[in-house]
Formats: sequence, C-alpha cells, structure tokens
Amino acid sequence: MSAVAAIPLVKPKQAISIETVGMTKIFGSMAALEDVSLKIEAGTFHALLGENGAGKSTLVKCIMGYYHANRGTVLLDGVEVDIRNPRDARALGVGMVYQHFTLVPSLTGAENLVISRADAPAVIDWKKEMRGLNEFLDHMPFRVPLDVPVSSLAAGEKQKLEILKLLYLDQRLMILDEPTSVLTPGEADEMLGLLRGMAQRKEITVIMISHKFREVTTFCDSVTVLRRGRKAGGGNVVDLTTEQMAKMMIGDTVIREGATRKPRPAGDTVLELVALEAEDEEGLPALDKLNLKVSAGEIVGIAGVSGNGQSALVEVLSGQRPLKNGRIIVKAQPFEPDRDTYHRMKIFGLPEEPLKNATVPKMTVAENMAFRTFDRPPTAKFGWWLSPGPMRVKAQELIERYRVKTQSPESAIADLSGGNVQRAVLARELSSDVDVLIVANPCFGLDFASVAEIRAQIMEQRNRGAAVLLLSEDLDEILELADRVAVMSGGTINYVSSIEQTDRTTIGKHMAGH
Amino acid sequence: MSDSAFAIVFFAIVGGALRVSTPFMFVALGECLTEKSGRVNLGLEGTLVLGAMTAYAVSYHSGYPWLGVFAAGLSGAVLGAMHGYICKLPKVNDIAVGIAMMLFGTGIAFFFGKAYIQPSAPRLESFSLGAWTGNQQIATALQINPLLLVGIAVAILMAWAFANTKWGLIVRMAGDSAPAATAMGVSVDLVRFLSTTFGGFLAGVGGAFLSLFYPGSWNQGLSSGQGLMAVALVIFARWSPVRCIIAALLFGAAGAIGPALQSVGITQGYYFFNAAPYILTLLIMIASAGSKRAMRDVPGELSITK
Repeated sequence: MSAVAAIPLVKPKQAISIETVGMTKIFGSMAALEDVSLKIEAGTFHALLGENGAGKSTLVKCIMGYYHANRGTVLLDGVEVDIRNPRDARALGVGMVYQHFTLVPSLTGAENLVISRADAPAVIDWKKEMRGLNEFLDHMPFRVPLDVPVSSLAAGEKQKLEILKLLYLDQRLMILDEPTSVLTPGEADEMLGLLRGMAQRKEITVIMISHKFREVTTFCDSVTVLRRGRKAGGGNVVDLTTEQMAKMMIGDTVIREGATRKPRPAGDTVLELVALEAEDEEGLPALDKLNLKVSAGEIVGIAGVSGNGQSALVEVLSGQRPLKNGRIIVKAQPFEPDRDTYHRMKIFGLPEEPLKNATVPKMTVAENMAFRTFDRPPTAKFGWWLSPGPMRVKAQELIERYRVKTQSPESAIADLSGGNVQRAVLARELSSDVDVLIVANPCFGLDFASVAEIRAQIMEQRNRGAAVLLLSEDLDEILELADRVAVMSGGTINYVSSIEQTDRTTIGKHMAGH
Repeated sequence: MSDSAFAIVFFAIVGGALRVSTPFMFVALGECLTEKSGRVNLGLEGTLVLGAMTAYAVSYHSGYPWLGVFAAGLSGAVLGAMHGYICKLPKVNDIAVGIAMMLFGTGIAFFFGKAYIQPSAPRLESFSLGAWTGNQQIATALQINPLLLVGIAVAILMAWAFANTKWGLIVRMAGDSAPAATAMGVSVDLVRFLSTTFGGFLAGVGGAFLSLFYPGSWNQGLSSGQGLMAVALVIFARWSPVRCIIAALLFGAAGAIGPALQSVGITQGYYFFNAAPYILTLLIMIASAGSKRAMRDVPGELSITK
C-alpha cells in the first residue's frame, strides 16, 4: 500500500462512496473471504446477502478495521485508505451498527451520544450539550427520548439511537448488521424507509447485511451476494428476482422439499395454558395472564418481537422458571414440570440456544442423545445400572437417520456446529412418540438446507398428530409452518387467528402491542 | 428512663453515628467507585487495617497526623493498584484476588504494626457540633472530625462527577458494558486499574480515621470487619455515593447503640447491642438479595451478577 491518503481534516457531510478491490482474509488454512471486489456509489442503499459463514461479517470487519485483510484495498470516494482499527474508520466517516447494541444500558441517550464523541469535554455542560443535541435532532427524520437510561428504551428506539449516534458522529457511510432482527415489521419498515430517504437525498450511503429478501427487494438499490467467502453475484435489485438471489446464495446445494401440510380435522385440545404469570430476574412480570390452547395435529405459531416474554414461556414449560400463577393443563390433567410427567405425557421440546439449554456441552453426543432414555430399559437395568452398548447403538441410529455430522458418537457435543447440535437435540426429542412439541427459534442461524430439513421434521410431527407450539422471531417461519398464529406482546397473547384469516400487516400491528 | 437520659442516649447515638460512620463511609465510597468500574474489591478490609497501621506509624514518627492520613491513603492506593494489576491478567477472578489481598493487607499491617501497639501517636483534632448547647455531655457526644466532612464532600463530588464529567461517564461505561467501552476505544482494564487504585486510597484514609481518631489507637482488633461490612453497604446503597453516606450513618448509629446505652448506665445486653452492625449487615444482605430493585442498579459488568 503506497498511496495512502491522510485522514481528511474536514469530516464529510455528504454520502461517501466505497470500493473494495480483491479483499482476501485467511484464517489458518481457510479463506473466509476470497478476492471480493465491490463498488457502491455514494447515496446507495446496498444489501449484502449470504448464508451464515458466507463471509459477510468478515468483509465488513475488514472494512471497519477489526480484521486486517491479507490482500485487497479499500477506496473511499475513490481514494485508497488504510484503516488499521475502528478508530481510523470512525475518523474517515465509516460507522457500523452491530447486532448486539453498543450503547451503555445505564447511561441515558444524551450521555451515550456525548461520551461517544472523540472530543467529549472533561466537564460536561449539560445545558449547552442538550441545546446542541436538540438542534441536531431537529434535523433528523426521527427522534428518541434522550433523558432516560437506554435500558428502558424499546429495541426499536435503541436501534434508532444507534443510527442517530452514527449521524451525530458524522458517519456518512453506515454498515448495518441485520438491523431489523429485533424490530417489529412495522418498525423495520419505518426505519428502512427513513434510511432509504436519507440515501436518496445523498446524505448517507448504507451497506446492510441481511437475509430477508423482502427487505432487500423493497428498500435496497443494489445487492452483493456472497457464498463461501466469494462473490457469487450481485447487481441492481430491480434486475433480480428473489429466486435468482436465493440461487446465488445457496449455489447447487439440493434442498429437501418442505413436508406438505396434510389436511386434518380439528383434534382435541392437548395443551392448555390458563392465565400464566411469571416474573423475570428483576421481579417484573414476564408473563401476564397468558392464555392459549393447542390441539392435536396443529402447529400454533407464537410471533412477537424478542423480549416480550417468549423465553419466559419456554422456560416455564420446561421447568426452568417457576410459575407464579396460572395453570398448565396437558390432556385434561394438571402438568408438573418434572421428568416423570414429561415422559408420561410425551412432551418434548427444542429450546432456543440448544447447546446451552438442552445439552451438557462437554458430554458426548451419544450421552446427550440418551438424556431422555438413559434411566429406562434397554439402556438402564433396574433404573440405575447403565450399559453404554445400547446407548451407543441408539445414538448411531439417530445420527444416521437425522444426518448429524459428527466424527463419532463419542465426540463432545460442543464440538459440533450449531446446525448439528440442533439436529442432535431434535433427533433425541423426536425419537419416540411425541404428543406435545415445544420449539423455540429452531432455525436461528442455520443454513438453507438445515432450515428446510428441520421445518420438515416439525411438520411431520404435526401430520402425525402432535400438538406443536412454535415460538419464532422469524415471521416467515410462522407463516410457513403454523396452522394458527398467536401474537405475544408484553408477556401475554393479544391476538390469535387461523393463518388463512390474517396477514403480515395485521400480525405486525399486534406485535407492536396494538 | 428520664427525659434527660433519653436525650443523652439520643445525642450519644447521633454523635456515635457521626463518629463511627466515617471509616464505613470511606471504604464504601472506595468500593462504590471500584464497583462502578465493573470490579469487586473484597480486599478493602485489609486496606483499612493497613491504612490504620500506616497512619499511626507515620503520625508517631513525624508528629503530623495529617501526614499519617495521606500516607494511609498511599498505602491503600498501593494495595488497590496491586489488586487492579492482578485482575488485569487473564482468567483471574476478582473475588478470589480480593480475599487474598484482604489477608495480605491485614498480614503486613500486623507484621509491621507490632512495634506501634504501645507508643502513643498524635491524634487528629476534632471540633464539637454541640458546643452551643452549653451542655458538656452533649458537646462531648457531638465531637466530630474533619474527615467526616471530607468524606461527605468526596461523596458529593463523586456523584457529580459520575453525571457530569467525561471521566465519570467513562467509569460507568466500563462498569456497565465493556464491549461498548472497547468499541469506543476506551481501555477497560486501565479504567478499572485506576478506579481500584483510587478506591484503595479512599479505604486507606478510612483506616487512618480508626487509628488516629476513633477508637484512636493501633491494635490488631481495630477494624473487626468494618471493611467487609462496607462492601455490603454499597449494595444497600445501590451504587450511589450519596446513598453510601446515608447507609454509613445508619451503620454508625447501629454501632453506637451499645456504648450510648452504657453511658446512661444500661449495661444489660451490652454485647448484644454491640453486635447491632453485624446483625444489620445480615439483614441487609438478606433484604437486598431478595430485592429485585437493587438488581436493576447493579453495574452490568460486576462478576457477582454474572
């Protein structure tokens, strides 16, 4: 790198263009990013598409200076720049909003903004700063309350504050990492619309990492698709169909056909939740008089923005969180979250983050797969004498049937990739008769092939006559799988409808709590 | 009990609160600063004892008690810096290091302090808040030390700095979200090192009060766990410097009940009343463990909450 530009003295107020040439990043012996070149004009809303592990994050981290590319250069406004760390990026007007928020929860919005400035004064004159902040907000398309701690803001407001922070720091090229994953569809559309407007006015250039085609086709101007670290295609969004983009993302991978929904007559109510109440760690209500019924042979999908009590509901059903009030009734009998009841009532589940919530990471795949059956014949004699032989045979059979990629049944389950942990747990949970199945975000962070397979498994259980409760932050997943949809907001179910009689907008409105 | 005896007990408790609370106050403020930056220093009990010994020794040799106070602060800062440095190393648990530092601090204080148990060092001057009443008993009861006022001033300054200065915000940032602080280019380790060091300085000054004013001599049973109680007090004060003052006064008042009752001739249950601060600590720990409100003010990076 010879012609490296000095950091400009005057910060840019206008959108900046960016170009990467031959970006390559090698970790060990594996190229996470190989020869990726892309060019984004100033004032463009650009999408970066790709499956998990396709290299999207590696690319933007190289641009932001978190990683040092092995080869390749970055040009801003046509001038080659050397970004060695995020601070350099910031000085050049490049900022990023991360998936996990980087606001300090106990500080107010104003404190967060002022302290993020490189030239924050030693003693802060709050009167003057607030005047400045209000003037700044007057020129912004949206406002966020600045005088309350960030921890008390809703996710959408936090996201807006992150973006305001970038604008406050005059960062006119912003990289957003899946910015809408924590927002309601309404909030997401509003925010992306505002960003698009600003881009069209040439105030900012946006690079958005996403895997939601709907957002890309509605809001973005151009797109780059990455697959296995290489650029698989791209162009203007208007010239591309969703099928073409999906094809670029997955290449030639064969995807299992989704199991078809067999029509079934309405079954008996199997799982009934009556006025459930539970508290979170801070003693605030996490579940608030939640009522829901699930019948045999149907999938009830619970939609909702994360943090509205979904985790608490799963934890209550799996016995991880005490129930404060209310009743859980399974097959007309009261339900107690203990091992015997789960076995007797044939209740199974796939919680979110299965490695944390459904496995013992350091135990072997075979042992983890035997958690449901290890104390019953044929694995156990007299209820306490375990024989590893049958355990291994059973595991071997499940590994093959569910295509779990593991070196051997004796490997620690923590060594498996996320998708394979998910498959292993699902194999364990579905290996016997299932009457009630509780699943939370089963496809989070998985590639297309695994997603299709896991969804097919869930659908098969429904077709067999199981009552399935599916909690998901991915509305598309619910629209694909569920027979009925219930919306969770503020710890309670505020809307239930059969899937034919509702649509995305209506669900979105109820997700926002209306 | 007659009215005048009641008044005497009342003033004795108030005076005792003002007197006994000062070491609690300084240790609690030091711990508050340390915990705000995201680290727990359980070693402040050792710092308190070492501070007491250092202050007494320096005052004895130099003849200037205030020089002793400053030296006590420095000795505390050295212990704090040690704690801060060790915790910076990878995979080190700050609670375990704190306990080790507590034993280390008391250990070297006893080792070097042997020689100072007998001699008498010049003590800190005090003035009386009760002189205007003309009542000798009340005047004696309300003797207060300038260090009390210094402590209150430090608390107010800290509260102001946490809200209104760049450094205050950076300390809170390091304590609440290390990733956010790092993303902003702040060295979390350095912030915590400095906070622990300064926190140690304050705890050391608290120790000087013990040996140079009340009880006002150096011996091995001087602190009797006040440094540890002060850590509990920070939780009770929900990490607010100003609430630390109020909590310290409450602890001080509890500690003064026994001597106050004794001063009017009630000796029954003397040891029970002397145990009041310890009972209060227990009750507070139980109450705050169940208090979900305290959990909301807890700095997010503290290892006790993770």
